[in-house]
Amino acid sequence: MALTSTLPPVLRESGQREVFCGLTSIVWLHRRMPDAFFLVVGSRTCAHLIQSAAGVMIFAEPRFGTAILGERDLAGLADANEELDRVVNDLLARRPEIRTLFLVGSCPSEVIKLDLAKAAERINTRMLGRVRVVNYSGSGIETTFTQGEDGALTSLVPLLPASPEPQLLIVGTLADGVEERFLSLFARMGLETVRTLPPRQSTDLPPVGEGTRLLLAQPFVADTVRALERRGAQRISAPYPLGVEGSCAWMAAAAAAFGIDPRRVAEVLDPLAERGRRALEPLRRRLEGKRLFLLPDSQLEIPLARFLHRECGMELVEVGTPYLDRQLMAEELPLLPEGTQLSEGQDVEKQLERVRASRPDLVVCGMGLANPLEAEGFATKWSIELVFSPIHGCDQAADLAELFARPLNRRELLQWN
Amino acid sequence: MELTLWTYEGPPHVGAMRIAASMEGVHYVLHAPQGDTYADLLFTMIERRDRRPPVTYTTFQARDLGGDTAELVKRSIQQAVDRFQPEALLVGESCTAELIQDQPGSLACGMGLGVPVVSLELPAYSKKENWGAAETLYQLCRGLLKTQMPAPGAAKPEPERWRSEGRRPRVNLLGPSLLGFRCRDDVRELRGLLADHGIDVNVVAPLGARPADLMRLPQADANLCLYPEVAGPLCSWLERSFGTPVVRTVPIGIGATAQFLRELCALLGLEPPELREADQRSRLPWYSKSVDSTYLTGKRVFIFADATHAIAAARIASRELGFTVVGLGTYSREQAREVRVAAKELDLEALISDDYLEVEQAMAQAAPELVLGTQMERHSAKRLGIPCAVISAPLHVQDVPARYAPQMGWEGANVIFDSWVHPLMMGLEEHLIGMFRHDFEFVDGHLSHLEGASAPTAQPVAGPDNGAPDVTPLSATPEGGALRWTASGEAELSRIPFFVRGKVRRNTEAYANERGVAEITEETLYEAKAHFSR
Ligand code: SF4
Ligand code: SF4
Repeated sequence: MALTSTLPPVLRESGQREVFCGLTSIVWLHRRMPDAFFLVVGSRTCAHLIQSAAGVMIFAEPRFGTAILGERDLAGLADANEELDRVVNDLLARRPEIRTLFLVGSCPSEVIKLDLAKAAERINTRMLGRVRVVNYSGSGIETTFTQGEDGALTSLVPLLPASPEPQLLIVGTLADGVEERFLSLFARMGLETVRTLPPRQSTDLPPVGEGTRLLLAQPFVADTVRALERRGAQRISAPYPLGVEGSCAWMAAAAAAFGIDPRRVAEVLDPLAERGRRALEPLRRRLEGKRLFLLPDSQLEIPLARFLHRECGMELVEVGTPYLDRQLMAEELPLLPEGTQLSEGQDVEKQLERVRASRPDLVVCGMGLANPLEAEGFATKWSIELVFSPIHGCDQAADLAELFARPLNRRELLQWN
Repeated sequence: MELTLWTYEGPPHVGAMRIAASMEGVHYVLHAPQGDTYADLLFTMIERRDRRPPVTYTTFQARDLGGDTAELVKRSIQQAVDRFQPEALLVGESCTAELIQDQPGSLACGMGLGVPVVSLELPAYSKKENWGAAETLYQLCRGLLKTQMPAPGAAKPEPERWRSEGRRPRVNLLGPSLLGFRCRDDVRELRGLLADHGIDVNVVAPLGARPADLMRLPQADANLCLYPEVAGPLCSWLERSFGTPVVRTVPIGIGATAQFLRELCALLGLEPPELREADQRSRLPWYSKSVDSTYLTGKRVFIFADATHAIAAARIASRELGFTVVGLGTYSREQAREVRVAAKELDLEALISDDYLEVEQAMAQAAPELVLGTQMERHSAKRLGIPCAVISAPLHVQDVPARYAPQMGWEGANVIFDSWVHPLMMGLEEHLIGMFRHDFEFVDGHLSHLEGASAPTAQPVAGPDNGAPDVTPLSATPEGGALRWTASGEAELSRIPFFVRGKVRRNTEAYANERGVAEITEETLYEAKAHFSR
């Protein structure tokens, strides 16, 4: 692979990590599928985590909750199963509008080996199709942050109806507006059958089969892709739709996979790309030459680094990722500039030492680290904001760049004398 | 197993973190999976702290579980000690680590670290955050003071010994911590208040204390138990073991501050404070007596908070502002008894619960005009369209103001007057609104500044749908209602000012329900109004 020749060896670290667990994905998934409920089977810590992660961001009636394990549940497992059934009954009685119930495993439920797959099956049988119950793990001993979405989507794959029909399936949550935009652009190119996973309604599940081509909107859906491939779908290899370049390449790859005339694609994309680049121009001037350090968090780090370097002219000091999937990054890695230092995993203290030593102009990091770094004089950008904001697509490229320019602008705006 | 949507308290190890992060020179090694590091953001985002809490997590993963997690624990401890060189080390585990039973505390004790180690056992499946904070503070002090313990039966120190020792009396302020409610400002206020009475502060703990300061705790003539949730067990232990008397009255509000001063002065053998002090030092008494406050009379207020603030709020609301308390409760089970007593005095049954939906239901039933609560009640009150002021943790970043805003002492009373009264309408204005409510200019768009005070505003990050809060309108009708509003009813309702419309709607529906009326007309609305007007 070309990458070994241009990129130095990946720095593999294991030490204290500073990243949310997969439960956090619930915070955006519950808004994506308003007819679904996410029930974490875990501890008070798990409940506190999702509320803290969600609480700083949104005020919303939650469509998630936690069945908190107590001492009694830990004593005997049969008991825990009965208890879980009772909690689910209460919940469904109160929330009759729920159509899909995700039972979400946590560290404690995994350590005590509570079999949520069995529980899901059992409840499904009892509910007789009134709700569908699926399960996945969002535990911190197995998953980080965005990987929770991967687990949730994987759990839906067995429920997808089979169909050999040719279709494009976009995998990974996009902001609603962005998704609509992509659908209309694909339609303009003549690609009519485009579906999404997750769907907007949890019951509106897309079919899957030999004719399904997968296009990844997010880089953190590796297990979902594998499960869909087992159902006959094929992945389209493409960079991720961040920035003008990535978004165009992403859409073009999909069009090519369906044999659409490249001229038609160009007709649709060229004016978009033109306009996108124009919008980016002032932001590029702002960001050019600025040095960027990305701490591992959302798995969006590599495509973001690619965009910020190639389209905004930023210099990459270090690009961290919690987990490096070379296959899903195959189109991204060669686009990184020669010499980019990648790191995988984390040893937060050592990483912060590298941040201090290299004095970057901007650090992308998790919420727990942002203010302390600001206090040390570094401009920061919360990585979690990037999974909540509409950042995908040509039309969004300037908005995405603006998210990174703002902390720098702000520092220049402020004066105290 | 217990279903929780929002929770008032985090797990006990978060309480331990609050102690560690409140102090200087203490480090906490927490055996926990990576996701548990979320707790850092409570301090760096909600408290807006400029440094990370002094916590090293082992962040073990599933693949470590087969192998030797004990090695990982020891490595993390050694690295933390080498890197941070703490003056005291706390070692503990989160809920997941508790299950795998590595016993990090005993591992640490066997490592010969050369620093005092306190091994924390905080049962994650039966206890909660405040309990964890109290236990940690107690264990830490007990560990550090081990060598100073007087022999059993030794004579108790005389609280008036300061005289014979030729110095001013001195006291410890115990309980203020990070993520508590306005603790930093309370400490500043109390320092001033005590100084005015010639009393020195010996140690403030945990907030800002070092382990060496904790070693000086027994040198105080009295302990002030400012936040029983956090300092209760420590104060009792210091009283039992060192004979240090405790003042347990929490000086929030005029009456309580005066009582606190009387108790403390009596204990230390000082002149009792002047009766006029409150009137001279705080505006609350006069503001509350002024004619503009007449409209506060009998305003119905619903209170739910930690025990300390709930009890204080009930007293202030009923005695110092002339409100009618229509609900009082707490999530602090450890202090339930005290809250029950306070409720009984007001002819109420205290609501002891950690289920915010149960609290919301009680709130809806009580139909208050003002809610004093936590962040959760702010959500609920907003859904019900009732003004709300936050008086206790759990809190949001907006409850950590930049300005000086204590709750305790004379200035605290001023702050409380302002922040509770503002969400309500001001006096004369209420009459004017009544007079002009049919005026065509009187439309919903006319937002008063008071409306803003009750509406949660912070939405730092927009959701995928641009962050529109999905507020589910909640019908207050007991059965969720087969009620129908006729056009005339709706029209009349729409003429009612928006800020009372929610209440009128609920009252009318309750009235209709009670009478089995299925259709609400203009007349029903006025019948209901007559029925509820007192
Ligand atoms: S890391 Fe594990 S125990 Fe902690 S919140 Fe996540 S799932 Fe729960
Ligand atoms: S909006 Fe504010 S200033 Fe204007 S009348 Fe109403 S309360 Fe007074």
